Amino acid sequence: MSTTRRTFLKTGAAITAMPFIHALPAAAGSGDTLVAVTAQTINSLDLHRTGTNRASYAVAINCYDRLVTFGTKEAPGGGLSYDYATLEPELAESWTISDDGMVITFTLKDATFQDGSPVTAEDVKWSFDRAVTVGGFPTVQMKAGGLERPDQFEAVDAKTFVVKLDRPSKLSLPDLAVPVPFIINATLAKANATADDPWAMEYLHKNTIGSGAYKVTRWDAGQQLVYERNESWVGGPVPSYARVIMREVPSAATQRALVERGDVQVAFDIPDKDAAELADKLTVYSTPVENCIHTLCLNTIFEPFRDTNVRKAIAAVVPYEAIFQAAAYGRGAPLWGGPAEITDTAWPRKSPYATDPATAQEFVAASAYPDGFETTLSIATDLASWMEPAALLIQEAVAKIGITVELEKIPGANWRTASLVEKRLPMHLENFGGWLNTPDYYFFWAYQKDHLFNSSNYFNEEVEALTNETLHMAMDDPEYAPKIKRMFEIAFEDLPRIPLYQPALNVAVNGASGYEFWFHRQLDIRSLSPASA
Amino acid sequence: MGARGTAIGLRIAQAIPVLFGVIVISFLLTRALPGDPAAQFAGAMATPESIEQVRTSLGLDKPLVQQFGLYLGQLARGDLGQSVSTGQPVVSELASRLPASLELTLFALILSCAVAIPLGVLAATRPGSWVDQLCRLLVTAGVSLPTFFTGIMLVYVFYYLLGIAPSPLGRLDFIYLDPPHVTGFFLIDAALAGDWETWFGALRQLILPGVTLALFTLAPIARMTRAAMLSALSADYVRTARAAGLAPRKVLYGYAFRNALLPVVTTLGMVFSFVLGANVLVEKVFAWPGIGSYAVEALVVSDYAAVQGFVLSMALLFVLLNLLIDLAYSVIDPRFGTSAK
Repeated sequence: MSTTRRTFLKTGAAITAMPFIHALPAAAGSGDTLVAVTAQTINSLDLHRTGTNRASYAVAINCYDRLVTFGTKEAPGGGLSYDYATLEPELAESWTISDDGMVITFTLKDATFQDGSPVTAEDVKWSFDRAVTVGGFPTVQMKAGGLERPDQFEAVDAKTFVVKLDRPSKLSLPDLAVPVPFIINATLAKANATADDPWAMEYLHKNTIGSGAYKVTRWDAGQQLVYERNESWVGGPVPSYARVIMREVPSAATQRALVERGDVQVAFDIPDKDAAELADKLTVYSTPVENCIHTLCLNTIFEPFRDTNVRKAIAAVVPYEAIFQAAAYGRGAPLWGGPAEITDTAWPRKSPYATDPATAQEFVAASAYPDGFETTLSIATDLASWMEPAALLIQEAVAKIGITVELEKIPGANWRTASLVEKRLPMHLENFGGWLNTPDYYFFWAYQKDHLFNSSNYFNEEVEALTNETLHMAMDDPEYAPKIKRMFEIAFEDLPRIPLYQPALNVAVNGASGYEFWFHRQLDIRSLSPASA
Repeated sequence: MGARGTAIGLRIAQAIPVLFGVIVISFLLTRALPGDPAAQFAGAMATPESIEQVRTSLGLDKPLVQQFGLYLGQLARGDLGQSVSTGQPVVSELASRLPASLELTLFALILSCAVAIPLGVLAATRPGSWVDQLCRLLVTAGVSLPTFFTGIMLVYVFYYLLGIAPSPLGRLDFIYLDPPHVTGFFLIDAALAGDWETWFGALRQLILPGVTLALFTLAPIARMTRAAMLSALSADYVRTARAAGLAPRKVLYGYAFRNALLPVVTTLGMVFSFVLGANVLVEKVFAWPGIGSYAVEALVVSDYAAVQGFVLSMALLFVLLNLLIDLAYSVIDPRFGTSAK
């Protein structure tokens, strides 16, 4: 019986309809199907669920529409990248902002969900209500754009959706283009909701009911995800591939063998080492992750690091180039040796420090610890690929200025608690990347008192004030640039975080084109096409 | 048969306190893990409030005793809870992943026994010969090569260089459909469905990881067979049998081998348990959707339900395995269950 089923599939008669389809590898090369491998596990089809991991954001991107999306530009390191500076329509046809900046009115396109029902403003409202109500990550992310309560959203008529803000903010519109505020088929969702589960979390966990470019037709947790194209997608140009298979392959060596032999077209998010070695043979995109910095953090509530001169001494002795080569194989972007004077608001930017042992000695001599001290440098075991070489090089370098460092490795879940929640690590490595690509947004998370990524316990009244003032301010406001520059000056003077380098997202491609880098660091399959096309 | 039945019944009864102990210990140990699952699952941009929200929604704000009570209640209903990291009920995850690991492990063990036992017997009957040397070489190689290294080497040679092995992409290549689910063992399910094309496809995928694991398990089995055979062959009853003029074949297989099997079966049980553990690395190399990688990932993110479910199912498996080994004794050794044992 199953033989006849396969024969039926092989004829191609069921190509778009069958949910259980497997493509022949030969067909993968023919332009109909793309196979991509990644080491990440997708653990839910619903980004709003508690515990949904980063890899699953790809589903929200590929299977659902948002009202708006970002444009496209040439990326440093080759290929394309999203463009934070331009907002483009996705599900919204157009939008207007009131003169006081408090009301945004969207007009929706004539779009349909994948079950054929039309997308209405009511669906948008229900989806936004869900995002701000369910708690956890989606609610926090919505809040970043000033979207906090269901009463801020209104479906005026079937095609008109209104967002009312408490204050005008430059982050509101871009925040609608991140993966979180995706538009769900509310009628279908409500039909599968229960009294205990009013937001249909169970149903959406396993079903994609959007109006996006693809839908998930098969999800074998821990193994693979199969996307089928939505032929009537209106959010953008219809994608080239009818079917995309994402396979999970944890071993980097296996991923390499597969993509080199051309059995898969994309190896997504591969280690820097493999990217550096594969670059000679295949197309490898290594895009520096925007608004993301690998840093050495010095916890300002611990005694030796309360002394600014100690922090500066360490910043002057860190072997930046050696770390960049050993930990990142030269992939990404250097963030040291920048000009002393700050003339623009570019971020991430090079710090004014460079490896200079003589200067480091001067700072040590001027500090309260001229004879050095002992401390602990903590790293996470699951990020050991970059943290371990970096930590060893730092340990060796600071020994030259009399600082004895003991390395401490902290495993998995405990790392997060120790570094970010309890903020109890004196000296540690950390990385943070903000989705909303402005320096003030980075400062909000990483330099403001008690905020999650401020693992150095940094507090400076002026930085607090400047961040609060600039966070929602328009970037063309005449006051914006001077305030941002002042923020940079203080950050490099106080130095709770020493920038090391900007990490890269590495993608090896063999037989496909159109790869586009996104801030969410997941594979956007919509723009991919066969290499010959 | 009565004494034997009682002995078996006693063995089963002994499993109950063991299992309860496992439940208590796995519960307490997961709570003693240093990580905070609420902070882990609240996501990248967690605020203190959202971490608290997650803590409440996972029921982690309740006192430990109450959590344990709830857990026991769940277990009584056959519910192992919901894994937060994978978003699936633990029961269904285990049901889909355990057969994958077991199929691989059993395949490797059968492969390994098929080579190791005859090799051990031959080496014992001809000490110092080339067969004995070959046995020593294989044993040394098997123990000294780490499984992930063997796995990567095999992939490199047979898939990457020669192109004769299928892509190392888990249990089935894209061409095939999963066979209808009966046991979860693809070879059995495909055979039951009469779908020999899929059966062959599943077998192809099994060969490289199976050989990797078999190389690893070869050593203890071959060594134990050789040693047990040597001691059996020098035993009095073999000398007596020989002196009585029994045929060499009868002496070798009827007396020596049968007695040598007892320690071999014991070793097999131990090998089986440590191979299930050693599976993790092989599963990673071959993208095998097994239980090992699942457990490790659950542990790393403090996913309580998944870890407890894994420990419990492993405990059940080993209780069952030990029972099976005891039953195997009863078949091999007629003294089993009698006072003379």
